[in-house]
Amino acid sequence: MTTDGVAYWKAVLALIRNVLIVWFIVSYGFGILLAPMLNNIHLGGYPLGFWFAQQGSMYIFVALIFIYAKKMGKIDQKFDVHED
Amino acid sequence: MGLQGITYLVVGITFALYIGIAIWARAGSTKEFYVAGGGVHPVLNGMATGADWMSAASFISMAGLIAGMGYGGALFLMGWTGGYVLLAMLLAPYLRKFGKFTVPQFFGTRYYSKGASTVAVLCLLMASITYIIGQMTGVGVAFSRFLGVSNSTGIYIGMAIVFMYAVFGGMKGITYTQVAQYCVLILAYTVPAIFISMHLTGNPIPQLGLGSDMVGSNISLLHKLDMIVQDLGFPQYTTSTRISTLNMFVYTVSLMIGTAGLPHVIVRFFTVPKVKDARSSAGWALVFIAILYTTAPAVAAMARMNLHKTINTAVMSGGDVFAPDASLVYEERPDWMKRWEVTGLLKFEDKNGDGRIQYYNDTNKDPQFQAKVAAAGWKGSELNVNRDIMVLANPEIALLPNWVIALVAAGGLAAALSTAAGLLLAISSAISHDLLKEKFMPDLSEKGELMAGKIAMACSIVVAGILGLHPPGFAAGTVAIAFGLAASSIFPALMMGIFSKTMNKQGAMAGMIAGIGITMFYVFAHKGIFFVKGTEFVDALGGPNFFLGIEPNAFGTIGAIVNFIVAFAVKNMTAPVPDDIADMVEQVRIPRGSKAVDGSH
Repeated sequence: MTTDGVAYWKAVLALIRNVLIVWFIVSYGFGILLAPMLNNIHLGGYPLGFWFAQQGSMYIFVALIFIYAKKMGKIDQKFDVHED
Repeated sequence: MGLQGITYLVVGITFALYIGIAIWARAGSTKEFYVAGGGVHPVLNGMATGADWMSAASFISMAGLIAGMGYGGALFLMGWTGGYVLLAMLLAPYLRKFGKFTVPQFFGTRYYSKGASTVAVLCLLMASITYIIGQMTGVGVAFSRFLGVSNSTGIYIGMAIVFMYAVFGGMKGITYTQVAQYCVLILAYTVPAIFISMHLTGNPIPQLGLGSDMVGSNISLLHKLDMIVQDLGFPQYTTSTRISTLNMFVYTVSLMIGTAGLPHVIVRFFTVPKVKDARSSAGWALVFIAILYTTAPAVAAMARMNLHKTINTAVMSGGDVFAPDASLVYEERPDWMKRWEVTGLLKFEDKNGDGRIQYYNDTNKDPQFQAKVAAAGWKGSELNVNRDIMVLANPEIALLPNWVIALVAAGGLAAALSTAAGLLLAISSAISHDLLKEKFMPDLSEKGELMAGKIAMACSIVVAGILGLHPPGFAAGTVAIAFGLAASSIFPALMMGIFSKTMNKQGAMAGMIAGIGITMFYVFAHKGIFFVKGTEFVDALGGPNFFLGIEPNAFGTIGAIVNFIVAFAVKNMTAPVPDDIADMVEQVRIPRGSKAVDGSH
């Protein structure tokens, strides 16, 4: 792999890692492991842990995919590996 | 016109719509048939993927299970949506760049052997057939209610119709038909939810209604529901985990990575025009899936509340639920209960002979609660409501207009039929093409291949139908097992194929066999060998959920871990990957140079 190729792959993996961190925190973190604690806080009529598990994590998943797609587009451009 | 008449009418109109669009679109272009989504706007493509994805498990079964499970039901919600994030980032763009049509073809090339692709086909078949068993359970529920027959008759009729639907076939591949199916499905799901949310909370948006106060009071709906279910001895709705935190965790993981390993989902991303599109089309698909999935918790909680409200008049006022006249008199039961009794999925047994229906948690061991039950003369919960009926019965329970009930029936049938037919097509092409033609009978003629495919389809539908009569669980639970099987076999091998340049064929094959093997062993121990009742052997191993208290539906995660470990261990002991394969993996990582999909279809 060329040096550029290595740098490109590194940038891609860094982005994937960052997205996965958020993905993990909202679902497994807030939705499952920390849910009992967060349930002491309320969002309207929702206990917060319950909200993350049954509502919030899904909204964030949608946002994450579009953010990822956008940032990948930028990385592709920067390393000049994008499709025409 | 009566309810039954309107139901036939609405179902008839929707099916006429699908067939009409299919004929119109087919006349327009035949290429469309093969390259699903080529040239179609990403938003429409997302809708079509949504229709493909949301099956009887999502539509008919899931909210009912959540209604029973409460907070723990979130594992279905997060599990079946979170996987799309993995799919979009880890698999879709790279598989698209790879430029093959099916998962077995990817395995055959990346792991440079027919052996790897055969192992993959067998894993896919196992997962797909399990998936169809779950679908047939849902089809049985929908048809039994739709036609007013017993559940088993419903399954037999469903088998026949699914078979015809699948043989008629091509309809499935046409994006616009699926767009129409999505529209029917999502309307059928959200319209009753809007009605019920409006009625209970005054807020028409179910996602907000679930977090709102009850109409005419300052108590939130969820808080009220917590009180109701606890009054009746059930665990608190908003905090009841599924068995344990660990179990809920691994169950969610299993569904997520299973999503990213199931062929009928991945395939859609193989055929988008560009790598770039593969990334965002997963996003659009998830948008349309999330509309149903974020509505489901509201449907679940509100259906649960309405059910209790119907059976016990004291729950809403906070009065004494044990008062003799609080329980519903059986003879005065509403019509929807009578309609569901016909199907055998709702049963009443007057255990204490008072002619009234007592519905509560009779497994509650709390001495105080038991004392109250004894004082009231209750002899056990008398109503058995199959959770798979909750969504279809929901608008009836809430006494919504007949056209809404009819619409829900149409939506349920669309969901069940489309996914079952799609899976059958996948199974038939896997057996006839990937297995027979590629492996055992290379000189099979095209006609013979088609015939073999149809026979395979007929056989799998009969097998799935018979097993669906005595299903290993509720529709969504059975489908969860299918996801576990995909999670433990396909997902790890795909991941390693893309992210490891050194993974070789021996490692991948050993990993898949070990992963799916241990998962099947654990599932069969609980559910019977190949789901045949009476062959369970879990008691010989230490009782149900013997491994760390993890239930079989959640075991795919453990299988996936085993898969990774075995794969890397075997890789280190065997010959390294050829150089040209390592180069190919490097090429796959870069979007530039993607070409139209080749390979036979």
